[in-house]
Amino acid sequence: MPERLVIVGNGMAPGRMLEHLLDKAPGRYDVTIFNAEPRVNYDRIMLSPVLSGEKDYEQIVIHGDGWYIKHGITLYKGHKIVAVDRAAKTVTSEPGETVDYDKLVIATGSVPFIIPVPGHDLPGVLSYRDLDDVNAMLLAAQSRQKAVVIGGGLLGLEAAAGLQARGMEVTVIHLMPTLMERQLDPAAGYLLQKAVEERGIRVITGANTKAILGDRRVEGVELADGTILPATLVVMAVGIRPNAGIAKEAGLAVKRGILVDDGMRTSDEDILALGECAEVGGHVYGLVAPLYEMARVAAARLAGDDSAGFVHSDTPTKLKVTGIDLFSLGDFADGDDREDIVLRDARAGVYKRVILQDNRIIGTVLFGETADATWFSDLKKKAVDISEMRDTLIFGQAYQGGSPLDPTAAVAALADDAEICGCNGVCKGTITKAIADKGLTSLADVRAHTKASASCGTCTGLVEQLMTLTLGESFKAAAAPSLCGCTELGHADVRKLIRAHRLKSVPAVMQELGWTTPNGCAKCRPALNYYLICDWPGEYRDDSRSRYINERVHANIQKDGTYSVVPRMWGGVTTPDELRAIADVADKFKIPTVKVTGGQRIDLLGVRKEDLPAVWADLGRAGMISGAAYAKGLRTVKTCVGKDWCRFGTQDSTGLGIKLEKRMWGSWTPAKVKLGVSGCPRNCAEATCKDIGVICVDSGYEIHFAGAAGLDIRGTQVLCKAASEDETIQIIAALTQLYREQGHYLERIYKWADRVGVESIRAAVVDDPDKRQALYDRFMESQKTAQVDPWAERAFQGVDAHEFAPLADFSFKEAAE
Amino acid sequence: MSEDTWIDVGAEADVPPLGSRVVRAPAGDIAVFKAADGTLFALFDRCPHKGGPLSQGIVHGHAVTCPLHNWVIGLADGAAQGADHGCTATVAVKVEAGRVLLAGAALRTGARAA
Ligand code: SRM
Ligand SMILES: Cc1cc2nc3c(=O)[nH]c(=O)nc-3n(C[C@H](O)[C@H](O)[C@H](O)COP(=O)(O)OP(=O)(O)OC[C@H]3O[C@@H](n4cnc5c(N)ncnc54)[C@H](O)[C@@H]3O)c2cc1C
Ligand code: SF4
Ligand code: FES
Repeated sequence: MPERLVIVGNGMAPGRMLEHLLDKAPGRYDVTIFNAEPRVNYDRIMLSPVLSGEKDYEQIVIHGDGWYIKHGITLYKGHKIVAVDRAAKTVTSEPGETVDYDKLVIATGSVPFIIPVPGHDLPGVLSYRDLDDVNAMLLAAQSRQKAVVIGGGLLGLEAAAGLQARGMEVTVIHLMPTLMERQLDPAAGYLLQKAVEERGIRVITGANTKAILGDRRVEGVELADGTILPATLVVMAVGIRPNAGIAKEAGLAVKRGILVDDGMRTSDEDILALGECAEVGGHVYGLVAPLYEMARVAAARLAGDDSAGFVHSDTPTKLKVTGIDLFSLGDFADGDDREDIVLRDARAGVYKRVILQDNRIIGTVLFGETADATWFSDLKKKAVDISEMRDTLIFGQAYQGGSPLDPTAAVAALADDAEICGCNGVCKGTITKAIADKGLTSLADVRAHTKASASCGTCTGLVEQLMTLTLGESFKAAAAPSLCGCTELGHADVRKLIRAHRLKSVPAVMQELGWTTPNGCAKCRPALNYYLICDWPGEYRDDSRSRYINERVHANIQKDGTYSVVPRMWGGVTTPDELRAIADVADKFKIPTVKVTGGQRIDLLGVRKEDLPAVWADLGRAGMISGAAYAKGLRTVKTCVGKDWCRFGTQDSTGLGIKLEKRMWGSWTPAKVKLGVSGCPRNCAEATCKDIGVICVDSGYEIHFAGAAGLDIRGTQVLCKAASEDETIQIIAALTQLYREQGHYLERIYKWADRVGVESIRAAVVDDPDKRQALYDRFMESQKTAQVDPWAERAFQGVDAHEFAPLADFSFKEAAE
Repeated sequence: MSEDTWIDVGAEADVPPLGSRVVRAPAGDIAVFKAADGTLFALFDRCPHKGGPLSQGIVHGHAVTCPLHNWVIGLADGAAQGADHGCTATVAVKVEAGRVLLAGAALRTGARAA
């Protein structure tokens, strides 16, 4: 009979413990887990990327449901343990399940600390601990209103960056004079504050929260100095406390956390505790690296190995906010017996400080440039005497012993036992050995076999460098993320090869480029179809089977399987005749909803699929064509009234918008393209949050691009100024063509611009008249065959008729029986 | 109609490869799919997730990706693949003399229940 092992809490620590245990002593225990959260074990560290939209929940699951089934583990989701009966050796969950144990593991993590100011329990006040908190923040962010984050530590800043990325106006208030004061010295804290403010987040330091205001939900935060900050969302991220409640009630020894020995044993020898709830050697922890060490020890002990013991080590801190590089490790308090070496580069925003005691590193703070973090950590861990390299130490590893080296030289120079992945404690030697012995060729493989870079991901670059080092050039080829699971190639390579090999059909691409599936998948086929349309205009025949449903039937599918129909309304201008035709169609086909869209036109929602061709026929007879509201292609061109009517208008913005729409409709692009033309800088057409926008001014036309106002809110950047309408149209067409040729499928203009750099775009479209002309010509060439109204083809020429009629209809006959 | 009745729902050539057609039946719409290799499959036209019309999805291999939220459903067994769980009922289908035949019982289930 296997012994019964019961685990309370299903977080990162016990998850790792089980992996070790299944490895070391498979079948020894019959495992049951109770988790208060109603879900499987996921990577809590990665909640911030989920909040900011860089990842979704599915991507951060560590053990899916299948894992528990495979290992015969019973997982009670949404079962909080409310009682531990040590005499009877049972635990009981809130919903009333009682289970016996032989060995019990308590891993209840932490609880966020809530400052008990008035109003702290109002709806709209959240903590930041689990997926429910993230979901609640995302919901709140939809309002795009104001958020206040209380606490300028790691969690608070990650929450602030995430909410800001989601379009909220965010203020961080922090009690101490500088941010992250427990991990950063004041100089780095100051640089961090600047970097955070540069992203548009307001920071108030030295601020004490007096009350949270609001009637039935949060309306604001009041500071001790009387300042009132309006807010619809307040996130409290002021610290955590070990969650030791049930252990205390069960009579176990508890101080700050549940007291355990270096074998993770509590004061009851059949009960272990690990994770953030445990206190060992006077320490409680809040980062995963030491918790994973606890997991290793606990698993070894449960497997019968009594030699395993936990040893304290410092864990570095990194902030997971894209674009802010900081690193801190160890002790950085000033002291008489300590020396500092500091390097600052104000222009580059770089600050590096190494703290020495007896010629050995005891602490490191890096901001803006963290490439040498691993090297400094290693010197600290091994207590290397640095007297020899004192003068050059701060410049980093590449400068030791002469000239700067090539990029992989730094990792090449690391010792085999240098730690690469801090979260999982994986050393260089383990990684290079696994690559060589197991023949690993992808980052995913290395993650699977060594766990390196599998948690917070900040060491991914180092791991990739190690792969290049071990595998040579062969690795670089596969370094770009592949287009989908059917190929190793990335978008850029596929595009290049389509042109180089003159591949002109989807099957040709799959054959020549070695696709591993017979006919691709729903990810690669639409991408290939677009690349081929773009590269071989007039020649390639569109493959409707590689189109998402909306583009295949030229209407937007709705949740009930009906469709919506949006005709073009050039520049947002319509006529009584068009409106009458729309009204007649709505009556004739009993269309339930007629709505004005956010794109200045009219949407007919709830059209039955069979009726689509007839609806289009009626609209077509009144002169209307498809508005492509479904297309990765030109969508709307929003305009304002402009100088014909408006007292501020400087140019004919409506007219220019219509000209642009007439020139560009029908073009397919990597992702959707929306334009706006405003008659003056008051910008009533919202041109500065569009993919391409024009602001008319007295002296001409300011051309903007790379804006967005969807999942991401992005103001545009100015591309250039143009003197005439014709020049404006030419530049915009050339810009669109460059995007068509370089963009990765589903990558909007702003993402493309981020990837290739605004300068390279300006160089081609603005600075070089020949290039611009050539791009423009290619655009116009492509438009010759693109400007065919798909609705007319289907309404009047029977194209794709099978799409709109059932193969057979028995419903009526049967019902009449 | 007995269990073994087959119903002629149309010409095999009318179902495009890597595509599908819908058969309206009292028990609900049935989607008839044709894979690239010519194999025919029939499933009720309801995704196990939120009822999305599978007939409108992209067909690849012996699977279809639902048009609403991209679940991938196996055509042979109607089961969701990967991390998702759920199953759509399949309908027996065969081709004889260029005609598509569906199992009569499946078409009628709904009518009987109603
Ligand atoms: C109809 C409309 C809402 C409305 O009633 O106003 C709409 C409806 C949809 N939008 Fe939108 N968007 C509409 C204007 C907008 C706007 C406003 C605008 O264009 O000025 C935006 C923000 C601007 C922008 O695009 O940056 C907008 C940002 C999005 C996004 C986020 C895109 C992004 O890159 O972040 C999506 C999701 C996507 O495309 O993947 C989206 C996706 C959708 C889809 C296609 C969702 C879907 O896949 O089914 C909706 C289709 C509903 C339908 O069948 O009609 N819609 N959508 C608007 C149609 C405009 C038009 O006339 O063509
Ligand atoms: C947003 C965020 C970002 C972070 N970023 C980093 C980072 O970059 N690097 C890093 O090293 N660390 C980071 N951390 C910290 C790291 O996630 C934690 O240290 C780690 O998850 C703790 O693991 P654990 O197993 O002890 O507890 P947890 O993962 O918190 O799991 C505890 C689980 O126990 C459950 N539970 C509690 N009480 C009961 C009960 N009575 N009965 C049943 N179940 C119960 C809880 O619901 C919870 O699911 C971050 C944390 C957060 C919240
Ligand atoms: S129309 Fe746009 S904003 Fe509205 S629910 Fe659909 S996708 Fe979301
Ligand atoms: S309904 Fe099919 S994936 Fe959601």
